[in-house]
Amino acid sequence: MDELLNVKYDVASGDFIRGGEASSNIKKLLQQLGVRNDIIKRICVACYEAEMNIVIHSVGGYIEAKVFSDRIEITAFDNGPGIENIDLALQEGYSTASNLAREMGFGGGMGLPNIKRSCDEFYIDSKVGEYTKIKIIVYLK
Amino acid sequence: MKLYEIRDLLKADVLCNEEMLSMDTDSAFGCDLMSDVLALSKKETVLLTGLTNIQTIRTAEMLDIKCIIFVRNKRPDETIVEFAKENGMCLLATKYTMFTSCGILYSSGLKGVDME
Repeated sequence: MDELLNVKYDVASGDFIRGGEASSNIKKLLQQLGVRNDIIKRICVACYEAEMNIVIHSVGGYIEAKVFSDRIEITAFDNGPGIENIDLALQEGYSTASNLAREMGFGGGMGLPNIKRSCDEFYIDSKVGEYTKIKIIVYLK
Repeated sequence: MKLYEIRDLLKADVLCNEEMLSMDTDSAFGCDLMSDVLALSKKETVLLTGLTNIQTIRTAEMLDIKCIIFVRNKRPDETIVEFAKENGMCLLATKYTMFTSCGILYSSGLKGVDME
């Protein structure tokens, strides 16, 4: 399948000022490609939550976006510390966010549920002390 | 409801993009938790919040929210107002609390956005 776009942005730990820039850039690129607005909004919600998860919870990582003719794939990867109990992390309202993250309006335990709700396919893999990887797919048709 | 009606009802100051006041909205959402805002999927809404940091603007950007009303006399700093201006958002600021602001708008005919 033809790849129409492939971009990757580093995301720094604890950077609440620049957090969201990758998602903002991806939104603009999808608009330029003429992707439907309702699909862009779903991608943006998932991508932004995943990006802020890297900012809030990890030591740093990246967001990668790939656009194909039939789907958009977003990968959020960070270099740890990993999630001990993924089932618990997926529960609405469960959060381990810092007070700073809460002051910024996050930490309500809705991040992963929002990501899952926004996409057609959702994959999460994590190893404590090593990494967390989230991949989401949204269909274009 | 036009944004200028919201401005008048809430006795609000316009912080940027005053030319957008003739824009129409049929619903509003009041919240200080950005992930709850992101759980919304409805298209046209305005956001009432007491949170004035850059992530409020980012959240609005992701959802195409064109108007943010800051309640409880909270004022974002200049860099954040500038950022919102560049992103084509109209910012209002009112002295009323969240509850009072929402009550005034609701009783004037503006409906709430419900979670799915």
